[in-house]
Amino acid sequence: MLSVKKLYTEYPNDRGEVVKAAQDISFEVPEGKLFTLLGPSGCGKTTTLRSIAGLERPKSGEITVAGTAVYSSDKNIFIQPNKRNFGMVFQSYAIWPHMNVFQNTSFPLDVGSRKFSKKEIEERVMRVLTTVGLDEFAGREATKMSGGQQQRLALARALVMEPKLLLLDEPLSNLDAKLRERMRFELKRMQRELGLTTLYVTHDQSEALALSHEIAVMSAGHIVQIGSPRDIYERPSNKFVADFVGLTNFLDAMVEAPEANNSGYRVNSTIGQLSVTSFDRLGKGDSVLISVRPEDVELTEQRPDGPNVIEGKVDFKVFLGEYLDYQIKVGEHQVLARAHTSVKVAVGTTVYLRMNPEKCITIQNNL
Amino acid sequence: METVGQIRVPPVSKLAAWRRINLQWMIVGICVAMVAYLALMPLGFLIWQSFFTPQTATKAAKFTLDNYATAYTSVETLRLLGSSLHFAVGSASGAFVIGTALAWMNERTNTPFKSVFFALSIVPLIIPGILFTIAWILLGSPKIGILNLLLQNWFSTDYVFFNVYSMWGMIWVDALGSSPLAFLLMTAAFRSMDPSLEESAMMSGASIPQIAWRITLKLTWPAIFGTLLILFVLALEAFEVPALLGLPVGIQVFTSAIYQAIHQYPSKIGLASSYAVTLLLITTVGIYFQSRLSSQGSKYSTVTGKGFRPRALDLGKWRYLTAAIFIVYFALIVVLPFLVLIWSSLQKFYSVPSMAALQNLTFDNYKFMLNYPTLARSVGNSAMLAFGSATIIMLVTSVICWIVVKTKMPGRWALDNLASLPLVFPGLVLGLAIMVFYLNFDIGVYGTIWILLIAYVTRFLPYGLRANTTSMLQIHKELEESAAMSGASWGSTFWRILLPLLKPGLLAGWIYIMIVSIRELGTSILLYSPGTEVISIMIWELWENGQYVELSALGVMFIIALFVLVMVAQLVGKKYGVKEA
Repeated sequence: MLSVKKLYTEYPNDRGEVVKAAQDISFEVPEGKLFTLLGPSGCGKTTTLRSIAGLERPKSGEITVAGTAVYSSDKNIFIQPNKRNFGMVFQSYAIWPHMNVFQNTSFPLDVGSRKFSKKEIEERVMRVLTTVGLDEFAGREATKMSGGQQQRLALARALVMEPKLLLLDEPLSNLDAKLRERMRFELKRMQRELGLTTLYVTHDQSEALALSHEIAVMSAGHIVQIGSPRDIYERPSNKFVADFVGLTNFLDAMVEAPEANNSGYRVNSTIGQLSVTSFDRLGKGDSVLISVRPEDVELTEQRPDGPNVIEGKVDFKVFLGEYLDYQIKVGEHQVLARAHTSVKVAVGTTVYLRMNPEKCITIQNNL
Repeated sequence: METVGQIRVPPVSKLAAWRRINLQWMIVGICVAMVAYLALMPLGFLIWQSFFTPQTATKAAKFTLDNYATAYTSVETLRLLGSSLHFAVGSASGAFVIGTALAWMNERTNTPFKSVFFALSIVPLIIPGILFTIAWILLGSPKIGILNLLLQNWFSTDYVFFNVYSMWGMIWVDALGSSPLAFLLMTAAFRSMDPSLEESAMMSGASIPQIAWRITLKLTWPAIFGTLLILFVLALEAFEVPALLGLPVGIQVFTSAIYQAIHQYPSKIGLASSYAVTLLLITTVGIYFQSRLSSQGSKYSTVTGKGFRPRALDLGKWRYLTAAIFIVYFALIVVLPFLVLIWSSLQKFYSVPSMAALQNLTFDNYKFMLNYPTLARSVGNSAMLAFGSATIIMLVTSVICWIVVKTKMPGRWALDNLASLPLVFPGLVLGLAIMVFYLNFDIGVYGTIWILLIAYVTRFLPYGLRANTTSMLQIHKELEESAAMSGASWGSTFWRILLPLLKPGLLAGWIYIMIVSIRELGTSILLYSPGTEVISIMIWELWENGQYVELSALGVMFIIALFVLVMVAQLVGKKYGVKEA
């Protein structure tokens, strides 16, 4: 449906230096799927989105939507944003303060190249306002709306033109935490029900994990990994992804030997001998990085049976409501463990860490 | 954003796209060309003229350096420069001291009724300079000035207490006249200062004078210097005060010297031009430093955007003194001048208030003025010029501003400077430049009302630019982008999104330009001809004819009309202004 090929964008900054905003960006979004560009600020995700929208003109590459090129440096095509028929929700929502809810929503129908009758416009606007649950506010001043309502209004305005593609630029980042979580569910429900091909940009990893069919993690202008939310979280392909998406413990290690019974390896890490899982072929003596998520580190006061049990001492603990974070000291190293609140271990006591070998992932240490 | 810089056309919709781009580039092109023409042509010709002898029926213009030789080799010029600087420095410092003291009292002390005072501060801006000057002649002239006569009566002496026909009189009247501007500028400076900066000094143990000297003054320094420069340039450009108060007693400054050089026979346009170029050089330097200062201002930027107001200084009993200062000031700047105009407008012949004169009150002057043959035409001309120039300026500068603020078009900074260029023109010099230009290039506007419209549009272009820039900067670019994503073309985005959002700024700038256009005298006085008089010219002519009482009647009606206009405009602005997002 949406296909981006070798997109390259650069622009001069204030001092005239060339900033490479997006380099060699390629991805495909199938019909009806929600695709997320995830990355820290300045990674080029917004530039990529704006290039797809047509608000910025890339230096080279090709963008096609449903088989039609909207941008192609080879064929010298650049379709103006107002002719692309994409819906877009901006980070600030960009609700026009001089129009009421109805006028904001009907604007795309008023100015578009397709002409609608007055009755048609009213029907379409009311239908989309009903979809987002704003039908009773149609006559209200747009500026009198709450943050969540403005967000839904911006969505309604993007949907009313029945766009080929929906672009969302950090649409939830201006909401408070509670509302953000609610809107996350609503957004997901609406996208799945309408089956609209959607491109979503965010720096919030939990949002990306919750909403997406597929995620592209970006760093410094490059896509570093594309995969399903589960892939990205459980099988990060490099240190950047593992670090950016969720919390993790990194342990330096040296490969000792392949495990006999499964695809894993036995390694000698900074906190002791571990049995780990690897998606790459490793040889004896290779130096690797092990990633273990804090929630995969089990804490017990009695030494449990099984592999990957390490002895440590509770250094510090933080109560966070739903769970407890423990800093465990193993020799000279700190390991973060996340435990259910029912686990109660006093600071200073000796504990045992157990890590499921399937959850100890080796990653390449090249980024 | 490169949507503006380069636009490639997809082959499918070639014709439609071509038409759309054409509209956008046509509007942008027309606006840019217009601004460039208005700003550069008169300046070029003024400089050109200063190097040539005047063209007459028998002799063609010839290149000469005589104008500059005459202008720069005479002791007269040195005296002219000296008196100009004396006047400008005096007036600027006077206005600054008055304005700053009032702004400080209003912003930082608990003076009673200060909010009323702030609301009243717009009133002096309504009174045209020429009427303010004439009112002060009626108050402070050594022979007929009411203040002198009253005091002489009380003390039974012949001593002249006030003499406005002197350098100090000129400084006094001009300083009073520009003090409201100083007040507004310094109020803004005091308001934009984060009070916590002063409070932290207080917590560090500093006394109030120490805070005032080491924190407040140092932080407002760019604003102080900028305000002084503006006042200095304005005083240099002032025409009414030097012409009405200085010329009768032989005190000349640049503006009045230029006026005299043109209004003698044969008129010395070349000499006037060389004076004008000199004056232009000084004002350019002033404006240049002023703009440098305000662009550097971000280093000193103390705006925090937080809404809290600084704690007002408790003055104790002294607050009655500061309240009294407010009242005296308001009396000097509005009440006395207006009352003296009313008084003289009700007399048959000008006379000092007395019981005898009270018997002779009459409305004859009002009847006379309302039946005056050119009144209707002048009012019509003024209204048409004000309306026309304000509308043209606001629309053109909204496009210019859009280019400067919202696009990355190369050379947009030049456009900004170009549109601001008329700021350096004193009104009289601009009038001279435009006169010279259209005398040489006869395209049929000289001697018509169009030349005045061109002059007004040129002169007040920078005001429109400032008003629009401020509001354009506040419009988030996503508001525009979302219109583009909704399928709106550039034209409908501009018309349906940008202009409505700019409306409060547009309206404010429009009203302001209306008012300054109606008050305008310096430019019009060189460009009007019989049939194209405006109201301020009519007042000037009545003054030259010695018709003081009739003039007063016209002045009173004029001020009341302007006041009503401002009130209505503010009401309309409140009603139709856009609510803040």
